[in-house]
Amino acid sequence: MGVNNNVLGLIFASMHDSTVVELTKQRTMGSILFGGRYRLIDFPLSNMVNSGITEVGVITKSNYGSLLDHLGTGREWDLARKQGGLNLLPPFSQNTDGVYRGRLEALNNVWSYVGKSKCEYVVLSDCDFIANVDFADVIKFHKENDADVTVVYGKYRYNEESGSGVDVLQMDETDQIRSVLIDPQIAGECDICMDMYVMRKDFLAKIVKEAAARSQYSLIRDFMQARCKEFNFMGYEYKGYFSRIDSVKSYYEANLALLNKENRDALFKTNAPIYTKIGDNGPVKYGLDSKVANSLIADGCIIEGTVENSILFRGVKIGKGAVVKNCILMQATEVGAECQLTSVIADKNVVLEEGRVLTGSDSYPVYIGKNANL
Amino acid sequence: MNAKKKVIAMLLAGGQGSRLYALTQNVAKPAVPYGGKYRIIDFALSNCTNSGIDTVGVLTQYQPLVLNEYIGNGQPWDLDRMYGGVHVLSPFETKEGADWFQGTANAIYQNMRFIERYDPEYVIVLGGDHIYKMDYSKLVEFHEKNKSDGTIAVIDVPMEEASRFGIMTVDAENRVVRFTEKPKHPDSTLASMGIYCFTWQKLKKYLIENEEANTGSKDFGKDIIPAMLQNQERLFAYTFDGYWKDVGTLDSLWEANMDLLSPSVPLDLYDRSWKIYARHNNMPPQYIGDTAKIENSMITEGSSISGEVDFSVIFSGVTIEEGASVNYSILMPGTVVKSGAKVEYAIVGENCVVESGARIGTSPEEAENRDDWGIAVVGHNVTISGNAFVKPKDIISENM
Repeated sequence: MGVNNNVLGLIFASMHDSTVVELTKQRTMGSILFGGRYRLIDFPLSNMVNSGITEVGVITKSNYGSLLDHLGTGREWDLARKQGGLNLLPPFSQNTDGVYRGRLEALNNVWSYVGKSKCEYVVLSDCDFIANVDFADVIKFHKENDADVTVVYGKYRYNEESGSGVDVLQMDETDQIRSVLIDPQIAGECDICMDMYVMRKDFLAKIVKEAAARSQYSLIRDFMQARCKEFNFMGYEYKGYFSRIDSVKSYYEANLALLNKENRDALFKTNAPIYTKIGDNGPVKYGLDSKVANSLIADGCIIEGTVENSILFRGVKIGKGAVVKNCILMQATEVGAECQLTSVIADKNVVLEEGRVLTGSDSYPVYIGKNANL
Repeated sequence: MNAKKKVIAMLLAGGQGSRLYALTQNVAKPAVPYGGKYRIIDFALSNCTNSGIDTVGVLTQYQPLVLNEYIGNGQPWDLDRMYGGVHVLSPFETKEGADWFQGTANAIYQNMRFIERYDPEYVIVLGGDHIYKMDYSKLVEFHEKNKSDGTIAVIDVPMEEASRFGIMTVDAENRVVRFTEKPKHPDSTLASMGIYCFTWQKLKKYLIENEEANTGSKDFGKDIIPAMLQNQERLFAYTFDGYWKDVGTLDSLWEANMDLLSPSVPLDLYDRSWKIYARHNNMPPQYIGDTAKIENSMITEGSSISGEVDFSVIFSGVTIEEGASVNYSILMPGTVVKSGAKVEYAIVGENCVVESGARIGTSPEEAENRDDWGIAVVGHNVTISGNAFVKPKDIISENM
C-alpha cells in the first residue's frame, strides 16, 4: 500500500480548451497529443500515480470521445482498481445547464463522487502544464506549513506573446501567497500558477458549497484571489523543467523543446515514468536512404526520407526523397515521396501525397487538421 | 461449471535452448528477446489471440522466472480472461511423487487435468521457439473438414534441407502416409513445424498409452505421431506458406532478426490486422542525434542514437554514442555502446556495456579463413572493456 492512499486526484481535462482551438476542435485539452507518444493528461495522471495516489477522477466537459478511448479502464496507469482507481466524470446537470464555467462549478457537479471518497486530501490539476511533479512532496509541504491551500508555481518568463490566461502569484519570503494576479499585463520573470492545488477535502467541500450558494464558479478568481488575505495560501515552487500549452505556437515549441536532452531527462525520469496508452506498434524502421538528425521518433514509424529537428508520433510514414524539417507529425501521418515540409504541424491521420511542398515558419507553423488529405 | 471451450492451446515453453548458450543462461528460450521489442514467445501468444483462441497453457520448466514475470496475467496479449486466459503450468508434485516434464508428450500428459477443465474438442500444441504469423483457426477448420484425428502443420522446404527436419509424406488428399525424422533420402519436402491440432479425446488416449508404454522419449514426433500412424488414425498435413523460422541457434536467431530488415522477407510487423503484442516498458520515443547515421535498421523506443547504425536491430533503451558503430548486429535492451567502440556481426545481450575502443565481431570479408568466422555473442549484463576484442564465433558470458 502506498503512503498516500488518503489522497484523491482530480484532473480537469477540459480547462483551457479554448486556448488552442485548432487542436481541441475534436478533443479535450487533456487528449492533445504531445511528445511523440503521449497525450497531455498523461503528465498529471502519471505524476499522481507516481506520487502514490491510487484514486483519480477526470472531469470532462465536451468532445471527450478521444479522452475516453485513451484512458479506457486506466490500466496503463495502474488505475484499473476495485478500490479507488480511475473514474471518468463527464458533465451532468445539477444546478446549471450541464456545462460548467469554472472549477468550483465543475466540482459541485461531481461532488457526489468526490464526497463519497474516503480521502483526506485532494490534489487538483489541469492539463496545460507539462511537468514531472512529485505531489507527495507538495502534500508534505502543505502539511508542514499548515496551509489551507497549496498552489504549485514555477518561474516563467512572461511577455506579451505568452498567450492568455496566466495567473501570477505574489508571495512573501515564506512563500505565503499575498496576492493573485489574473492575466496581468506585465513582462519579465514571474511566479506563475501551474494550475495544481492541494487542500483538505473538507476544506474544498466548504468552498465548493459556498461558491454554489453565491453563484460563483471560478476557483482562482472567486476564491484564491478574493480571499487571499483570509486564509493561509502557500506557494510550492516546482523547480524542474516544465512547459505550458496556451497557443499553437507554444504547443509547437514545447514539443521541439524535447529535442534537448536535459528537458527530456527532466520529464521522463526512470523512477517517475510517464505512462500512456500502449499502441502495440513495431520498432521504427529506417530505410536504406533514410537520414535522421536531432529528432524524436515514436515506435511504428517507417522512415525512407530525411527528417531533421522533428517529432514523429507513432506510425508516421516518411516516403523516399521526402524532406521533413522542424515538424510535428502526429499519429499515422503519411508523407509521400519527394514531399518537402518545413515547420508543419500535422494532426492525426493526415495524408500528404507525393511531391507536396508546405512551408511554415518557426513563429507561425502551418497547422493541418485531423484526417486531412492533401 | 463453465461452458466448454472448443479449442485450447498448449504452448511448450520448457526448452532450455542450450544452443543459444550465453543468451539462455538464466532465461528460458521463449523469453529470449527478438525483433527489437518482442520476446520469441510473443509470436505464438499473439497468434493465439489473433486466431480467437483465448485459453492457453504455457508449459515451463527451465529457468521460468523471467518467463513467468513476462507473461504475468496475460494482459498484453488480451489473455487476461474471467474464464480461460493464459496459465503458466510448471511441474508439480502429486501423491505419487514429483516429476519433471520428461518429453513433449509427457508435459501435456502431466497437465491433462488443466485441459479437461475446459473440456475442449480440439487441442493445439505449439512450440515456443518459432517466429511466424499463423491463423490457427484455419488449421482447426482444415482439421474439422478432413475429420482428422491429428493435423500437423507443415512447411515446404528445399529438397537439400529436407534431411534436417521431420518429413511428412502425404497422399493426394494430404493424408499423412509416412513420417520420417531427419531422413537421409527424403521422399517429400513437407517439414513438420512442431505445430499440431488434435481431437482431444483421441490425443488423450494416445497420451495415456504412451505413458503406460514408458518409451523413455515420451515425445510427439518420436512416439505419438508414429503410434497414431501405425493404428491408421486420420492424420493430415496442413501446408503453411508464410514466413517461419526456428530460432534455436545463435546463427538462426541472428538471421531471423536480419530477415526483418530484408524487404523480400514476408514477416510484416506493421500489419495492424495481425499485431504482435508484447509487454511494454514505459519509455519515451527514441532520440536520434545530430551525428547519427542510420541505414536499414530497426530501433525501439527509449533508445538514444548518436553513432552509426547499419543493418541492425536495436532494442529499447539502447545508447549508441557518437563515434561508435554498429553493423549487422543485434543489441538487446539497455545496452550501451560507447564512443569509439565497434560492433559488427554480433549479438549483444541485455544491459551490456561496450566500452570505448572495444571491438566485438568482424565482417566475414575480414576473416582469413571463412570457417573460423561466425557471429560474435555477448551474454546479458556483461561489460566489454576498452582494449578487449570479442573474436568472431566467440561466446562471452563474463566481463572482459
